[in-house]
Amino acid sequence: MKHDNIERNVGILIILTMLAISAGGLVEIVPLFFIKETVEKVEGVHPYSPLEIRGRDIYIREGCYLCHSQMIRPFRDEALRYGHYSLAAESKYDHPFQWGSKRTGPDLARVGGKYSNDWHTQHLTAPRSLVPQSVMPNYPWLVKTDLDYSDIQGRMKALRATGVPYSNSKAEFDKNVKEFGEDIAKNLHIPDAEKNLLAQAQAGNYDTNPDKLTETDALVAYLQLLGTMVDFKKYDDDYFGKFR
Amino acid sequence: MTTASITNTEQYNYDVIRKFAIMTLVWGVVGMLAGVYIASELAFPVLNFDNPYITFGRLRPVHTGTVIFGFGGSALFATSYYIVQRTCQAPLFSDGLASFTFWGWQAIIVLAALGNVMGYSQGREYAEMEWPIDLLIEVVWIAYLVLFVATLMKRKQPHIYVANWFYLAFILATALLHTFNNLAVPVSLFSMKSYSLFAGAQDAMTQWWYGHNAVGFFLTAAFLGMMYYFVPKQAGRPIYSYRLSVLHFWALVFLYMWAGAHHLHWTAIPDWTSTLAATFSIMLLLPSWGGMVNGILTLSGAWDKMRTDPIIRFLIVSLSFYGMSTFEGPIMSLKDVNALSHYTDWTIGHVHSGALGWVAMVTFGSFYHMVPKLWNTQMYSNRLINIHFWLATIGILLYITAMWISGIMAGLMWRAFDDFGNLQYAFIEAVAAAHNLYVMRAVGGLFFLSGIVLMSYNMYKTIKSGTTEQA
Repeated sequence: MKHDNIERNVGILIILTMLAISAGGLVEIVPLFFIKETVEKVEGVHPYSPLEIRGRDIYIREGCYLCHSQMIRPFRDEALRYGHYSLAAESKYDHPFQWGSKRTGPDLARVGGKYSNDWHTQHLTAPRSLVPQSVMPNYPWLVKTDLDYSDIQGRMKALRATGVPYSNSKAEFDKNVKEFGEDIAKNLHIPDAEKNLLAQAQAGNYDTNPDKLTETDALVAYLQLLGTMVDFKKYDDDYFGKFR
Repeated sequence: MTTASITNTEQYNYDVIRKFAIMTLVWGVVGMLAGVYIASELAFPVLNFDNPYITFGRLRPVHTGTVIFGFGGSALFATSYYIVQRTCQAPLFSDGLASFTFWGWQAIIVLAALGNVMGYSQGREYAEMEWPIDLLIEVVWIAYLVLFVATLMKRKQPHIYVANWFYLAFILATALLHTFNNLAVPVSLFSMKSYSLFAGAQDAMTQWWYGHNAVGFFLTAAFLGMMYYFVPKQAGRPIYSYRLSVLHFWALVFLYMWAGAHHLHWTAIPDWTSTLAATFSIMLLLPSWGGMVNGILTLSGAWDKMRTDPIIRFLIVSLSFYGMSTFEGPIMSLKDVNALSHYTDWTIGHVHSGALGWVAMVTFGSFYHMVPKLWNTQMYSNRLINIHFWLATIGILLYITAMWISGIMAGLMWRAFDDFGNLQYAFIEAVAAAHNLYVMRAVGGLFFLSGIVLMSYNMYKTIKSGTTEQA
């Protein structure tokens, strides 16, 4: 076909352009939803508890992902600094993903358990009181703001609609018990969301003030979970390579 | 190239172009001011003032949204309406629809910025706007597509001019990208919160397919459309090679869509995806440079204009930056280079050599040509155009030099080992080392901002001296 014909007919120009721009996504992205090896088979990864969901929401609200990645690359320096490289499976319940693109601050993919709740609360309120050269903003309002969890069930239902296995019936709950064990399955049950959220905050005492349920409670609960779900001692070093 | 020749009964719709042109400058100043401010926050964190609404994490999407969609978007609406009418020798298909795209788009920019400072965010870079705004974008964009295509169909010329191919590809690709990247489930009909439909690796691929092609189509293809009209116009010469423009167009629109996964090298996506993306990124160098060469050689035989015409200078320097950043991009998409550059300021510098050097500079050049024509007058001051050119150029050079140094330095410090095989530096040492360079970057941004403020003053004086009566 002569190019002259394309230039004279807007319909043909639109169709050919659509074909040209669709090819890349169809070949590169669509298969990832169907190729099973894209996400590794690994034990331990489970959906977030109600309190952790709220913490993650706050992480997104404050734009933490703009300075902190959650994706450790398979390099020796990153293994020493941050720990085992990140697996796709570790973010399989992350809607949206929070891998990030910039490390103005350090990677947070395995920050869970590295610092105490005390440290996190102080660091979020005034980072330079602990790390004098830090350029992170202070977030003093997090520890002063009561956590709003009024629509936690709505949030879990929305996540359930995207495919996260939160349970809303006895049958679904039993299925989760089988897959994740009873302790975790309880936390994934939508009708008990408020009760579970309060219980976890009370037991965890994340913002180090047991009398108050604040946004810091939720955010620190989320941070303390990051990167802790998979027990890497259970797997050979080359096991995960097979999936790449 | 066609010249304006219209009958008395059918007048071009310049009104909507004038409105978009003014808002381009308004959003340019606002967005770049936000940019200078957040750059300063990184140098001096006290500027966050413990105020949630102006912390870096919330203001950064205000900066990116306002410059990309406010400044860049309004400039593209303005120039596409200008070019499509003049090259088709036909007025816009519908004045009502044109007006709707103007008010709709402005509402989107305002709502997006307000939403960002209030903390409503999808947590996806350059697509932070929450679902109600996304729906509004969808509606306005379809109106834009209908208006543009219907105007093309009314053309009195048998051929569709090359600039319009690029604008059309930009409108189609943006519709595709926006739709699939923003699929999400809202918490409720009255909640500003939603959760993305995809998760983890698939979500990451979708987002960077969007993110990279927002650059490829919004910030490149469409601005090439601008180049294909205003460079030959201002130079008074035809495009250097028609054949090159055909090759360049099809190669560019086909190849760009494959390259997005180079933003995810060494992450938890399959290796084949990453390799494919790097391969296509290298191939992308050819059409990119094809376009640059076509633009620059259009000036052959009229090189003296580089000395006398500040508008030509803007256009040629923008093409040079386009060539430079489309060379740097493929280099950074090599896995070994990316291992160093990813997560560092080098990426930020690369984006800005494209966004300031190419996108903003070609817009400035085109506007200095177009705005006086919209108001039937001459530019108020050529001298101010010249000063603007130097402020902008110096600003860009300061900016990207600072980011190259701080980026490569951080990449090297992160991976440095001492004699005992331990990490040589703590993370915070790389942060501290970047301080002076962050100051330098903010100063570069300030230069660039002063340039556009000066331009706005020049435009204000120009518009005041003009008239909107069509001759």
